[in-house]
Amino acid sequence: MDKPRFDAIVVGAGPAGSVAAYTMAKQGLRVALIERGEFPGAKNVFGGVLYRKPLEDIIPEFWKEAPLERRVVEQRLWVLGHDSVVGFSFRSARFQDPPNAWTGQRAKFDAWLAGKAEQAGATPIYETTVTSLIREGGRVVGVRTDREDGDLYAPVTVIADGVNSMLAKSLGVHREWRPDQVSLAVKEVLALPRGVIEERFGVRDGDGVTIELVGETFGMAGLGFLYTNQDTLSLGVGVMVSDLREKGVKPYQVLDHLKQHPEIRRLIEGAETKEYAAHLIPEGGFDAMPPLAGDGWMVCGDAAQMVNAAHREGTDLAMLSGRLAGETAVACHGTGDWTVGGLGAYTRAIRNSIIQRDLKKYRGLHGLLAGSQAETLFGQLPQALNDAVYEMLSVDGQSKQDKQKRAMALIREAAGGTAGLAGIGWRGWRAMNG
Amino acid sequence: MLHMVVCIKQVPDSREIRIDPKTNTLIRQGVPAIVNPYDLNGVEAALQIKDQFGGRVTVLTMGPPSADKALRQCVAMGADEGVLISDRAFAGADTLATSYVLAKSIEKAGRLWGQPAIVFCGKQTLDGDTGQVGPGIACRLDYEQLTYVEAIESVDPDRGEVVVRRHLEDGVERVRAPFPVLITVLAEMNKPRRASLPGLLHAQTYQPIVWSTADFEDLDRSKIGLRGSPTVVSKTWVPEPRQVDTEFLKGETGEVTSRLAQVLVERLQTVQGA
Repeated sequence: MDKPRFDAIVVGAGPAGSVAAYTMAKQGLRVALIERGEFPGAKNVFGGVLYRKPLEDIIPEFWKEAPLERRVVEQRLWVLGHDSVVGFSFRSARFQDPPNAWTGQRAKFDAWLAGKAEQAGATPIYETTVTSLIREGGRVVGVRTDREDGDLYAPVTVIADGVNSMLAKSLGVHREWRPDQVSLAVKEVLALPRGVIEERFGVRDGDGVTIELVGETFGMAGLGFLYTNQDTLSLGVGVMVSDLREKGVKPYQVLDHLKQHPEIRRLIEGAETKEYAAHLIPEGGFDAMPPLAGDGWMVCGDAAQMVNAAHREGTDLAMLSGRLAGETAVACHGTGDWTVGGLGAYTRAIRNSIIQRDLKKYRGLHGLLAGSQAETLFGQLPQALNDAVYEMLSVDGQSKQDKQKRAMALIREAAGGTAGLAGIGWRGWRAMNG
Repeated sequence: MLHMVVCIKQVPDSREIRIDPKTNTLIRQGVPAIVNPYDLNGVEAALQIKDQFGGRVTVLTMGPPSADKALRQCVAMGADEGVLISDRAFAGADTLATSYVLAKSIEKAGRLWGQPAIVFCGKQTLDGDTGQVGPGIACRLDYEQLTYVEAIESVDPDRGEVVVRRHLEDGVERVRAPFPVLITVLAEMNKPRRASLPGLLHAQTYQPIVWSTADFEDLDRSKIGLRGSPTVVSKTWVPEPRQVDTEFLKGETGEVTSRLAQVLVERLQTVQGA
C-alpha cells in the first residue's frame, strides 16, 4: 500500500490543533488531525473562560452552536484573608450583547471544535498517539504513530500536543520545564441546581460570574478561581510547582483549604463533586517560548508556552496561534516552500500578534512570582489588606485618623516597610509593562 | 472462499448509563454509543481465521442510520464489508423479530458472497442481556449452534469443521462441529485488535451497504419490527436497596483483623449450623 500522505498533519486536537486543522481544511488542504484521547477534549482541562473575539475571527457567530455555559456579565477579584474577603467587581450589561466571554467546559467545547475541523474536511485520527517525528535530514516529513503501519507523511507537521510537548522536546526546541515554569492547577466541578447558582450569584438564566481568588494559597504563587457553569461551578487553584515542592504541600490540600473558606463555602454549599482534574499550566511566558517553526514543522498553543497567566488567557492564545499556523501552511502550500524560510512567516505572524505583545508585556511577571516575594504577595499582603479593611470599617471608639494609620501600618509591615511596599509596586509595574 | 459473517449491535456505553428514577427506563440521551463489546470479540475471531486461512468477513448490524459508525469501526479493524439493515419498519424489534431479520440478511449475504461457513455473534448485548439472538439465528438457518465459546481450538476449511471450547456453568466442553456453524463468543476468547492506521483511514471514507425492507424479496412483514415482536415489557422497576446491618470495626490493625476473623468464623458456624 502507498504511504498515507496528507498536505498537513496536526498533532493534538485541542483548541490550537483543531483551529489549525480547520483553517487548513477550509482552504482545501488534506489534513490529518491526530488526537491521543478517546475523543477530542477527553484529556483537556481548563477553568475556564472562553473569549469571543479570537474564535469569532475564525468561526463567526460560533456561540450560536458551540457548547458554552454562561455569558460572563460580572467579573470579581477576591483578595482572601483567613476568614474574610476584600472584593472588587465589575458588572456591565455591555457584556451581554455581544458577550465578551463565556464560561465553558473543555471536554464538550474541544469535541465541538474538532467536529468543525472534521466538517471542514480534516481527517480525524483519534485514540492514536504520535510516538515520534519522522525526519529526513534536518526536515520533519511526517509522524510515526502507535498504530500498526502507523507512519503518516506530510510536508508540514503542526505540533499542538500540549504543555508537555513530547514532539517539541524531540526536536530539541523544548526543554523539560523547570518546576518554576509551570503551575499545577487542580479543579473540581461541583453540581448545583441552576436556580441555586443564579440566586447565589445574583444572575439571570444564561448569565454568569467569574471570581478570581488571591490569597490563602499557603503563601505560594498562584491564583484560585470560581466560575459559574449552567448547573455546575468550577472551583480550582493553580500554584507554581516549585512552590509546592518547597513547601511540601499537595495541590489538593490547597483546593481543600479554599473550600473551607467561609465565603467560598457559602457559595458551594450543598454541591456534589462531579469531577476532579489536574493539569499543568505553562507559566514561563515570553522568555520560555521555544523557536516556533523549522523545516517542516510549527509549534502552537501550550506546547509553545503561549499562556498569559496574568489574564488567565491560554485557550484563546492557542486558537489564535492555531489560526496563524494554519494560514501560514495555506500560504506555503501555494508556494511549495515548507522550509524554515517559508514557515518562518508563522514566527513573524506570532510576533506581530497580541500573543507575543502581551506575553512580552508581562515577561517580568514570572520572575516576580518565582522569587521570594511570592510569600509576601500571596501570603502576607492579602491577609494584611483584609485586616486593614477590617480595621477601617469597624467602629470601636478610635479616631478615624488613628484607624487609618493602623491600617496603613498593617500593609506596610506585611510588605516589609515603606521601601518594601514601594519596591513591590515598582517591580510589579515593571513586570506587567516589560 | 471461506465466508464469515459477524452480527454486531451498537449499544449505549454501559459505563455511562443511568436509570431515570421517574420512568424507570434507561436514559439513552447523551450516552455515547459503542459496539457491543462481545461482538468485537466476534469480529476479532473472524479476522484471526481470515489472517490464517484467507477468506472474507462481512459485518451485519440492524439499527438506525447512525449505526454506520459501528460498522466503520469493524471495517477499520479489517472486515471486508459492513451492511446496515435499516428501515423504520424494523424498529421496535424484540429478539424474535431481530433474529428473523438477521437470518434473512445472512441468507442474502450468502447469495451475494457465498454461503457463510461461520456466523459469529457476541454472547449477549450489554443493553438487552438476553443472549437469544444468536441461537435464534442458528435455529432459523439450521446452523450448528455453538454458544458460550471461550476458544476456537482449530478450524479446518478443507474438511469444513471447527473445534471449540464452550465454557458452561458446570465445566468446559470441547465440541467438534461441521460447517455451517453459528458461534456466540465470550470476552475471554481474544482481545479485539486496534485498527491499523491504513485501516482507520480506509474506514473514514468507507460507506456501508444499506439494506431496507425493499432490498428483501421474501420478507414476511408480520415477522418484523414491533408487529413481529410478541415480547411485552409490562413493568420495570429498580429494586429497593437491601438493608444490611453493617458493623464498622475500628482500632489498631491487629485488633481489627483478629476481630474480623472472629466475626467471620461466627458467621460461618451460623451458616453451617442452619
